[in-house]
Amino acid sequence: MLKVISPGFYTTIQDLGRMHWRHKGVPVSGTMDDLARHHVNALLENAPGAAVLEITMTGPQVVFEAESYICLAGADLSPSLNETPIQNYQVYKVVEGDTLSFGRLTKGFRSYLGIKGGFQSEMVLNSVSQYVPLTKQKKIAEGEELLYHPVKQFEPRISQIKTEHYLESKDIEVTFGPEIDILSPSQKEKLFELKFTVAKENNRMAYQLEEKIGEHSHSMLTSAVLPGTVQMTPDGQLIVLMKDGQTTGGYPRLLQLSDLAIAILAQKKSGDTIRFKQS
Amino acid sequence: MSQFPITLKPFGKNAILLEWPQRVDEAILLDILAYQRFLQTQLKDSWEMVPAYNSLTLIQIHTHFDQDKLVKQLLQWYGEAREAIRLQHYLWKIPVCYVAEFAMDLNALAETLGLSAEALIEQHTSYAYTVYGIGFLPGFMYLGGLPKTLEAPRRKTPRLHVPKGSVGLAAKQTGIYPQDSPGGWNIIGRCPVPMFNANSENPCFVNVGDKVQFVAIEKAEYELRKIEAEVGIYTPQKQDFHA
Repeated sequence: MLKVISPGFYTTIQDLGRMHWRHKGVPVSGTMDDLARHHVNALLENAPGAAVLEITMTGPQVVFEAESYICLAGADLSPSLNETPIQNYQVYKVVEGDTLSFGRLTKGFRSYLGIKGGFQSEMVLNSVSQYVPLTKQKKIAEGEELLYHPVKQFEPRISQIKTEHYLESKDIEVTFGPEIDILSPSQKEKLFELKFTVAKENNRMAYQLEEKIGEHSHSMLTSAVLPGTVQMTPDGQLIVLMKDGQTTGGYPRLLQLSDLAIAILAQKKSGDTIRFKQS
Repeated sequence: MSQFPITLKPFGKNAILLEWPQRVDEAILLDILAYQRFLQTQLKDSWEMVPAYNSLTLIQIHTHFDQDKLVKQLLQWYGEAREAIRLQHYLWKIPVCYVAEFAMDLNALAETLGLSAEALIEQHTSYAYTVYGIGFLPGFMYLGGLPKTLEAPRRKTPRLHVPKGSVGLAAKQTGIYPQDSPGGWNIIGRCPVPMFNANSENPCFVNVGDKVQFVAIEKAEYELRKIEAEVGIYTPQKQDFHA
């Protein structure tokens, strides 16, 4: 088991997400940065959907109560194992009593902790991704013990990779959304010329952007939205829906982020800037 | 079979949006659902399909597919003659308790609408509302067919906490809050049956295309139904109807 000494700012258990329930209004959930999840699970030679911890902004302090192998990816939160600094994108062996802790956030916003075999947690509608009220908890809590299967011996075929380039990218690759044509030519120009700043209203449901691109008065019937859909409110604010975002919405859908662009945005925090690029 | 002009648009790389004419119309909804049923026999199970009002969104996230090719195929299928699909839908009789402690806005709203509270409840329970979509929150139904006499503006100040099961009215809509959430609708009662229960074999018994009619119940029955629904021995009454 993994004993949570302190949970950090916002640490959740996530996997691929909850598929096939959108038609009943259930958000997909799952890791915000799928690329980082993919990398930790690949290095640990886990199934792609093995559950990981998504660590936001400040890290938890955790103690391993059985031996296994771990890997971190995504944001750099200056991790250390028993107070010795360790690297992201590298597999480490842990033994009973080892303490993993984190320091200063130096790059990105969300870090991912994977463990050999994945974390075992309450499965709801085929996913362990934490989303209240489907799961009882919205994040991990102090004193909690997370389950994993001990692993004594594992020889990683690849012990380290370098793929951090996307963490600091500002380019958000998009395709046009269904209602892009409601924009005037000058609004459309702004959409691709302005640098947009991530507002303080950003979380697993949505990222709001500070700069507005002018009003619209388009009214439409509620229709499906996806993680990565860029909606526009009547007063011109842009909202990028993320993994815990609602499944339907009534605001015009201007753009759709690529899968990689969702991962890039998931690594941004309030005040960071981005730019939309047509793919 | 192609009753309506439809348009198809790629929606990102993982989805295709099919749109019918932009209006709230049961004939359109049923045509969408019939086509969805047809597509479920043609496409792999890995496709997710989200119908709502005048649209159907097809989503496939883990497998690459040729968008242009599929768009052409979907249009061709829609245009071809297909066997008429008989859709099985239900009219659900959903119990609602309209007592004062659950109906925070009932009296004020009745006054705004120029009705007595009894007349408001009488009207609210007289219509079968069509489920045009499920979204926003797990188990939240977009219901259509509210009589004009019950159309009222949202509350000026939204509540930070609307209890799960609350039944509300706002503009052309009525509905049930499936979980505790903030909200600006006028609250006129509470439903004891969870509209989404992840622990149930069928977490959300209502489907898009079904109809919902509210039935007024007393507080004692509310308490009983709430317990029965929570332990899983009560599901609201339903009547068949064929669309």
